[in-house]
Amino acid sequence: MENLINIFIKSIFIENMVFAYFLGMCSYLAVSKSVKTATGLGLAVVFVLGITVPVDYLLENYVLKEGALTWLNPTFAAVDLSFLSFIMFIAVIASMVQLVEMIVEKFAPVLYTQLGIFLPLIAVNCAILGGSLFMQQKAFLNIGEASVYGLGSGVGWFLAIVGIAAIREKIKYSHVPAPLKGLGITFIVTGLMGLAFMGFMGIKL
Amino acid sequence: MSDREPLFSKKNLKLLSDPLNSSNPITVQVLGICSALAVTAQLKPSVVMSLSVMAVLAFANVIISLLRNTIPNRIRIIVQLVIIAALVILVDQVLKAFVYDVSKQLSVFVGLIITNCIIMGRLEAFALGNKPWPAFLDGLGNAAGYGWILVVVGFARELFGSGSVWGYKIIPASWYIENGGFYANNGMMILPPMALITVGIIIWVQRSRNRKLIEE
Repeated sequence: MENLINIFIKSIFIENMVFAYFLGMCSYLAVSKSVKTATGLGLAVVFVLGITVPVDYLLENYVLKEGALTWLNPTFAAVDLSFLSFIMFIAVIASMVQLVEMIVEKFAPVLYTQLGIFLPLIAVNCAILGGSLFMQQKAFLNIGEASVYGLGSGVGWFLAIVGIAAIREKIKYSHVPAPLKGLGITFIVTGLMGLAFMGFMGIKL
Repeated sequence: MSDREPLFSKKNLKLLSDPLNSSNPITVQVLGICSALAVTAQLKPSVVMSLSVMAVLAFANVIISLLRNTIPNRIRIIVQLVIIAALVILVDQVLKAFVYDVSKQLSVFVGLIITNCIIMGRLEAFALGNKPWPAFLDGLGNAAGYGWILVVVGFARELFGSGSVWGYKIIPASWYIENGGFYANNGMMILPPMALITVGIIIWVQRSRNRKLIEE
């Protein structure tokens, strides 16, 4: 249990997707003009990461990894399909996004209208694929850890985009040099937020 | 074909040169930031990353452009992703075979070329509506526009952060404080946030020289 909480806190603050790895920057910069839309996209990312990371974990451990296919037949012990992992992960992500979109549309139409165009965009959000690739690299022990890692990374991304959206809403009222307006100042503010987040690195978990 | 145009007509050259400056993928179109920032702590991985993206983007553009009349519109995203993923696997295997240390350094970011928005963006915006040769040039141009930003950021961060360029020490050892000199490396340049600030400064310089790009 303690281990799970550690992974959760670590993936939100210390290994924040945006500030430590710059994942999902494209949508982070494009959709952070208002807090409302940022919240929508952030929720969608938490949702999709929380689902795809555990699914990719199962795929990795029961299909792709060296010797993972032994549950089918002991003679498969030497089969190593891990070079296929990119294409498998992205296929899982694209189909999961499609599935989640259909389920949300059917059972939570209000949420669907709120998330709207963001759901399909998520298939190409690098934070999602990044979550699965880091999961593969970290070699988690069981599916619980992997799910907690997925959720935590999503929450970290959510915090980052809502934070920058709030700052950008306020920055409209300040006097920014013309060439820095918009994109330039957003980069620099993100850099400063990243510096602040580096303060969490000292936490020993 | 009667409307055959020369291979390097003015229009085609513009496809190559525009993305270097006035429609730069990183500073103007805001595409492909993710990988651009993460790999630029040193010059060598930045160059390898730029070349990988160039290979994937140019060939993905050509393939999609060849298939553009046969791909059903509804499933085009998944077709594009599969083609990109296949190309990225090729690049990944080549990197692992020939420059293993850089491939280790780039870690997950080679895989993340798949979701690099530059590639999807160019496929959607250009390759789906154009012939293979212009699509190839567009791919090269955009990857070069992406690459030069990476190289500049990588150069600056490595020079100021570790006092070296391409792994070779540039700052004389006698300048360092430990050896009785006056100089110390700025360790902050190696940390992730400074990549963002460096790109912010590049955008600032570019937009103050090219006023048309200033946002309202």
